[in-house]
Amino acid sequence: MGNIPTGRTITLLGVNHKTTPVEIRECLALRGGYEEALTDLKAIAGEVEHYLLSTCNRVELLFVSNGDALLEERLAGFLFGDAILPEDRQRYSYRYVGAEAVNHLFQVASSLDSLVVGEAQILGQIKEAYRHAAAHQCTGPLLNKLLHKSFSVAKRVRSETGIGSAAVSISSAAVGLAKKIFGRLEEKQVLLIGAGEMAELAAEHLIGQGIGGVMVANRTVERAVELAGRFHGRACSLDDLITQLREVDIVISSTGAAGLILREEEVRPLMRSRRNRPLFFIDIAVPRDLDPALNDIDNVFLYDIDDLSQVVEGNRAEREKEAVTARQIIDEETHKFCRWQEGLAVTPTIAALRRKADDICRRELARTLPKLELNEGDRQRIERLAQSIASKMLYDPLQFLKSPSCRQGDTAKIDMVRTVFGLENNGVSDDDDTSVDPA
Amino acid sequence: MLQQPWFHQVNTYLFLGVLLVTVAASAYYVSYFVGQQNHRRDWARRLLLGSLVLQSLYIVSRYFLIGNTPVTTYHETVVFFAWATTAAYFSFRWRYTVRNFGTFVSFLIVLLLIAAAFAPRQVIPLEPPLRSWWLPVHAGFSLIAYGFLGLAFCGGLMYLLQERELKSRRLGYFYSRLPSLDALDQLNSHCLAIGFVFLCLGMVSGSFWSKQAWGTYFRWNPKEVCSLIIWLVYLVQIHLRFTAGWRGRRAAFMVVVGFVVVILTLWRVTT
Repeated sequence: MGNIPTGRTITLLGVNHKTTPVEIRECLALRGGYEEALTDLKAIAGEVEHYLLSTCNRVELLFVSNGDALLEERLAGFLFGDAILPEDRQRYSYRYVGAEAVNHLFQVASSLDSLVVGEAQILGQIKEAYRHAAAHQCTGPLLNKLLHKSFSVAKRVRSETGIGSAAVSISSAAVGLAKKIFGRLEEKQVLLIGAGEMAELAAEHLIGQGIGGVMVANRTVERAVELAGRFHGRACSLDDLITQLREVDIVISSTGAAGLILREEEVRPLMRSRRNRPLFFIDIAVPRDLDPALNDIDNVFLYDIDDLSQVVEGNRAEREKEAVTARQIIDEETHKFCRWQEGLAVTPTIAALRRKADDICRRELARTLPKLELNEGDRQRIERLAQSIASKMLYDPLQFLKSPSCRQGDTAKIDMVRTVFGLENNGVSDDDDTSVDPA
Repeated sequence: MLQQPWFHQVNTYLFLGVLLVTVAASAYYVSYFVGQQNHRRDWARRLLLGSLVLQSLYIVSRYFLIGNTPVTTYHETVVFFAWATTAAYFSFRWRYTVRNFGTFVSFLIVLLLIAAAFAPRQVIPLEPPLRSWWLPVHAGFSLIAYGFLGLAFCGGLMYLLQERELKSRRLGYFYSRLPSLDALDQLNSHCLAIGFVFLCLGMVSGSFWSKQAWGTYFRWNPKEVCSLIIWLVYLVQIHLRFTAGWRGRRAAFMVVVGFVVVILTLWRVTT
């Protein structure tokens, strides 16, 4: 582990489902995946530690700077691009610094900030984002420590609170509904209209429940074929939609189409040839793909993204109680992490002070010992004596450095210690072991 | 015939026992429905099984009391109906389970037994021409049919409740407690099919009984016409379900309506 520069603050910029409408979030989502985005980011951020998270509900950038406003501006420019104009950033995005940023990250990792509080997917998404960031060498010692901490905090929250027990994500809510309609899902067929990320997620969830088969219909057939290949399903074009509806049982629609792609009067006649076998439509597109009137047809059930959120909302009251406990854990862990980070400000000074005392001892012993004729025992006793004097001398200055006022980065006091002990000449940023907890 | 007073007393106490045990079973089922604790359901099942045994004993004692199959008065018919529903439920449960079905069925059984409790229980001797072994055969078939149709009715109600929650997209109290629509629909088609077969057997045996007693297969009296209407109502349902693919809400609604017709005719005809 390298040296952690002191006086750096952790800053978090981002948008999530609470602050930003989906149309804007869509524009922010990484089109080319992490690879491309991280390469571009690296060009801007350079050696500054950074980490990028992008899911369907949030895009967040975490970086460590020494308050370089220009850098922050450029990073924000990269992150928000043309989707959010600088004057709108206040309204749509959030910016957390220091303890607030740490707290927010812990909340996200523990799934307290999710659309569906308690869902477990987010931790996996953070881990994946971290894997990409680490592979691109974007993160450094501070962010490595912070992200690993966020994993363990999430784990602690999950094991010490009931937040995950009733965890129902949007897609598992959809699976629950499908089970209440169809009973067993084994022989049921799913049709994905549009190949969006959410649709993929929902399909994965359904396949996890042993669904019979998957059919993908998409505007561009290549993408349909690609996605169908992943699920060992079949692909078809959007023109065949009505024909396919005779065969399938669950339809998940998530196209980017501006208008409705399936109307009530197109589906109603189908029910006869389906012999009234139920049809379950899930519309996770914004704007909606499916005619709301579909729900009026007998044996047809239509849920859009709002309905699913409402279904999930049902468990909220119970989980809200657990969330309070979870927040306490997170506050506690944030406090611990910040204390650790504050300690970093004095760590180099403490290390330098110790090193200076050690150097003096070693030098003086090296000068004196050869002149004395001592046996091994006496020699060791003299060495211990010297070290003991040095550490007794250092005790009070070290206590001073470890006092809260110094820990919180009162640089004037730290500088005074450094001047009094003449530490400025000895390089501060030598490769001492910063993983030593100064507390 | 055992007409001694002590036997009347035994008979009365047996019915009281049936009533208490069934109400207790139903109460346990309801508390299971509310709290979803498995040990309550286990107790509910044991109690309902106990109720079936007591109901059987009561019917047997009633047989010895009046000297013929106890299906002639309103009280006896409804008790036999409750017994048939309970027996049908257990025959059904033996094959597969439907979540919280017992709660609804036990409720129906309790309602039937309460209706029986309010009916006069005096012994009315059977008219001589009706004394025939066709009586138990016809009544047995018909009431077993009603038992299964009663199960279908409970399933239909559950279907309608669950379907309403799913359609309204505001999942509430019943959503998690009731089984899937598919399970309920299958239950309906299953009970309807068995019930209809017994209904046909009841119709046929009834007309043979009529032939033996009155010399004609069908006399167009109100009771027979009502039975014919019930038979036609269910015939239409069976037909629509198995040929036109009728299922879901409409089918469940029809099952509920059909059973209401059954109850109304039973009430009109036997009182």
